[in-house]
Amino acid sequence: MNGFLALLYKELLRFWKVAVQTVVAPVVTALLYLLIFSHVLEAHIEVYPGVSYTQFLVPGLVMMSMLQNAFSNSSSSLIQSKLTGNIVFVLLPPLSYLQFFSAYLIAAIVRGLVVGLGVWVVTLGFGTPSVPHPGWLLAFSLLACGLMGALGTMAGIWAEKYDQLAAFQNFLILPLTFLSGVFYSIHSLPAFWQTVSHWNPVFYMIDGFRYAFLGQSDVAPGFGLLVVAGSFVAISALSLLMLKSGYKLRH
Amino acid sequence: MNPGAAAISVQGLSKRFRTTQALDGVSLDIQPGEFFGLLGPNGAGKTTLISILAGLTRADAGYAAIMGHEVVRDYRQARRALGVVPQELVYDPFFNVRETLRIQSGYFGLRHNDGWIDEIMHHLDLTPHADKNTQNLSGGMKRRLLVAQALVHKPPVIVLDEPTAGVDVDLRRSLWEFISRLNREGHTVLLTTHYLEEAQALCGRIAMLKAGRIVACDTTRNLLHHANEHCAALRLASAPPAAWTERLQALPDGGWRFNFSDFSELEALLAAVRSAGGQVTEMQLIEADLEDVFTDIMKRA
Repeated sequence: MNGFLALLYKELLRFWKVAVQTVVAPVVTALLYLLIFSHVLEAHIEVYPGVSYTQFLVPGLVMMSMLQNAFSNSSSSLIQSKLTGNIVFVLLPPLSYLQFFSAYLIAAIVRGLVVGLGVWVVTLGFGTPSVPHPGWLLAFSLLACGLMGALGTMAGIWAEKYDQLAAFQNFLILPLTFLSGVFYSIHSLPAFWQTVSHWNPVFYMIDGFRYAFLGQSDVAPGFGLLVVAGSFVAISALSLLMLKSGYKLRH
Repeated sequence: MNPGAAAISVQGLSKRFRTTQALDGVSLDIQPGEFFGLLGPNGAGKTTLISILAGLTRADAGYAAIMGHEVVRDYRQARRALGVVPQELVYDPFFNVRETLRIQSGYFGLRHNDGWIDEIMHHLDLTPHADKNTQNLSGGMKRRLLVAQALVHKPPVIVLDEPTAGVDVDLRRSLWEFISRLNREGHTVLLTTHYLEEAQALCGRIAMLKAGRIVACDTTRNLLHHANEHCAALRLASAPPAAWTERLQALPDGGWRFNFSDFSELEALLAAVRSAGGQVTEMQLIEADLEDVFTDIMKRA
């Protein structure tokens, strides 16, 4: 196998060995959100005509779980390796920065997809909508997980302590995901916050992913995909630049 | 590999970390097959030099190459030719010993490496621990695993950064047996250590670093001669000849200490004792060891 495949294998094996924590736990969390929010709001909210609140919520929850787990896969793997010092095991071999980046990226995407699939499966009993547009589903899933995996790589390289990474997660990732319309349509927001939401790439991920299920969305899925793809390319390029320069890895 | 290239070549290497000049124009060539020692007090720049060779640190100025491959521009060939045992006792707690070695082989693009993995595990007494998670290994076992990881790709150049710090006598012995064997088979070895008797016993050539500069670099034999002082402890049947009393120091046990730089001086002393009708009842030669040389060079540098 070439170095890239070995690193990918190691990254996959790493999260799979602690699957209770990396896959089961986020699925349970998503299930709790679903139980509570659908119980409280089902009777009160109809975001799109003919679509129940649970049907509206499930795609958002699946996407949110994918995003958070894709991010945390690359970021936590890197910060752990840096803090324990075993990052040298991947810095000493002849791996190129592109191989390095791709391995962490793909592992993050796989973890995101596995968790997303898990969340989708456990929500099946709640009247989960079917998927009339699987192409959009695949495109949004891959690009969104990729974007978060690349962002996680950046955060993992940048952070020198766990609390710096936690700050990144709590003050950037969490607000972006929660304020993206997972639990509501942004059309229910005041005009100012609607405008703000349009600057949040996560909004487009949730919205486009939801389109794949419901055939309805706040913005056109093609435009959404363009925004997500653009953000993915930008973050990946930045992350690659960091790796190429050896920023915080090769002093 | 570039034929005729030095195993490790370093020219005018400098590196500054904020306020400290870790390396200050270091030049050094280590030939293939050498067992080379790099000595120096803490903070002398030994680990910085190794980190630059390994690509973990980037030099501010100068040139560094492994088997003729410059460590930044030709990093793939340079790293393929180099096996590094880091100083810190690091391990990845997600994996067991065999997984660790297989994954490490994979990073070097080696797919079917189990034969060699079994062999290094055998030589380092890791075989009984093959399926143990790395976090359940003792410190000595973790050290062995680090050595094994550095060797998975059979690198022609092996760098060991204080591999025996905090390691018991048994492991030290088996480790040096194995490394010496690899050296006899043609691997170049660069070693840093604080145990000077180890360096003296193993290394054919030694460089001493102080404050980022090389202050001595010679064969171990020459360095030991460099002390230039021999010393004999004598016990005489009667008082020493009057002409020699100035050169002799009385020892607490009633014997005499004689410092000399050439053995002819010792012969002259013995002849004088004999012609004065005296007799040497006991004599012991005390040779300088690397520790004396090291202390001396560090003091003067």
